[in-house]
Amino acid sequence: MNVIVFLAAALALFFVIGVAARAAMKTLAPAADKPTFRDMPLTASFGIAVILFYVLVAVFGPLLAPFGEGEVVGAQYLPWAAPHYLGTDKLGRDMLTRLIYGARNTVGIAFATTALAFVVGSILGIWAALAGGWLDQWTSRFVDALMAIPALIFSLLLLTIFGTSVLTLILVIAAVDATRVFRLARSVAQGIVVMDYIEAARLRGESNWRLIRREILPNAMAPLVAEFGLRFCFVFLSISALSFLGLGIKPPTADWGSMVRDNATLITFGDITPLLPAGAIALLTVAVNFVVDWQLHRASGLKE
Amino acid sequence: MNAILAMIGRRLLMGLLTLFVISVVIFGATELLPGDLARELLGQSATEETLAALREQLGLNDPAPVRYWNWLTGVLQGDLGVSMATKKPISELVGTRLENTMFLALYAAAMSVPLSLMLGVLAALWRNSIFDRASNSLALTAISFPEFFVAYILILWLSQSGFFPSMVRITPATTFGDMLYMCFLPALTLTLVVTAHMMRMTRAAIINLLASPYIEMARLKGMAPLRVVLRHAVPNALAPIINVVALNLAYLITGVVVVEVVFVYPGLGQLMVDAVTNRDVPVVQAIALIFAAAYVLLNLIADVLSTISNPRLMHQR
Repeated sequence: MNVIVFLAAALALFFVIGVAARAAMKTLAPAADKPTFRDMPLTASFGIAVILFYVLVAVFGPLLAPFGEGEVVGAQYLPWAAPHYLGTDKLGRDMLTRLIYGARNTVGIAFATTALAFVVGSILGIWAALAGGWLDQWTSRFVDALMAIPALIFSLLLLTIFGTSVLTLILVIAAVDATRVFRLARSVAQGIVVMDYIEAARLRGESNWRLIRREILPNAMAPLVAEFGLRFCFVFLSISALSFLGLGIKPPTADWGSMVRDNATLITFGDITPLLPAGAIALLTVAVNFVVDWQLHRASGLKE
Repeated sequence: MNAILAMIGRRLLMGLLTLFVISVVIFGATELLPGDLARELLGQSATEETLAALREQLGLNDPAPVRYWNWLTGVLQGDLGVSMATKKPISELVGTRLENTMFLALYAAAMSVPLSLMLGVLAALWRNSIFDRASNSLALTAISFPEFFVAYILILWLSQSGFFPSMVRITPATTFGDMLYMCFLPALTLTLVVTAHMMRMTRAAIINLLASPYIEMARLKGMAPLRVVLRHAVPNALAPIINVVALNLAYLITGVVVVEVVFVYPGLGQLMVDAVTNRDVPVVQAIALIFAAAYVLLNLIADVLSTISNPRLMHQR
């Protein structure tokens, strides 16, 4: 019975947020963009609202949090009551505070990792397509071989060898995901480098770097941006998974993945507190996926 | 018939080549360290003697190609090396755990493949209906959930009320029925995670075909919609469907790691996580090789099956 009430409440909340966000964006958008927002599905406006909320929490985290990030404020596993609205964790730190700081750490690290993977992967991919010949062949075959190892397994292998710290975590995940970005960037760029304007630019004597930056990247942006959203979800999920396994972001840094792991015992007592950080991860990935799905649908020009 | 055999042979060779490159990568990754593995594992404060002893134990004194050769020939004979943490042969550690992991993956596959194919066909049949939109949103949501979130929700929901156990304890006395019962929650978690993706791809593959002239023909001659989809669309959509099924079964292999940790399931994933925590490099290398081999094999099977399912690829001129 509780489940049904909860689901109904969640669904109602989803509609309210979606409709409100769509109305807000429609009024705020410049006149030319108004139709885009008017026709946007509820899922997409809900997604945008949620992403904005996360960004705000991440930016203003220290102002919103009632306590310090690693501060022990009471007994362990306190129930939900003021001043600890979401109780305390296994060391007696305030759950709500750590959830808020987690937005900063987990999302920030995932974003930095995705950005790094993107810069490396797309530049190398476009460069390989531009260079062509044996250079392209060798790098592509090498990347294919790396991609034949499942991502999580490969990250685990690299983490064993290089040890676990936040920096190695970022570098390892970025390296693993850069292979996927490389593949996409290369295939997109391959369609562009055969265009006449690229040949014209080459004849004009533009350098390879300028070609990538000024000619190819602007034309490859649409699929790459959609991929950025999807890739962010994957990176975010794999960082959370690694943290959950105890191999990612280390305490006392507040992080959603390790918060689930640390407090998991509560679940066997029917307490849903450990589900909150996991839910925070899920909600953000859902939101990003909704927005990406909408963008892809728009870009493909499909109306079905 | 010969064409099929030749094709399978070529794919097999490619698969073997990929496996070889993977083994080089897995083995060679340790060479990327600025110092050597012994110093990295023992830290800066280690004395020369302990370093020398560890190098001796890991065989680091030989040049890399020699070590690789020894490792590879060992693996091919079923000798995966010795664990650094427990000093036991890795083959012994891996043996039953590999079976357990395979059991869990197969269990999840047996539930998720029929379910997602059915849902995908129905969503394509009733596209743009409430059912389609709801299942599409639900699928997107399920794709975005971390495995441990799904797992803990299921524990909270189905294990708290006493329906299924939240931990898996396997003893030699456990019967097959008990196994099915105990592994239901882990398998259901994996099913929920992969079903969404498979269903969406099945739907997309079928909808792609529904615009073809022969589908219109079938419709015009008065065929029932379900029959049109099952008789005309599905057989032609088999190749992409097989591919996505294989891709997701391969995904099961990695998803299994997190799920095994949640349910304390005695499988390879749990062993691997423990080995990574202890930085037990030989064990991690061995398990990574097993997982990668399974992944390559699944992709190979998918490749062959989807070629066989497509007459145009089968009878190339």
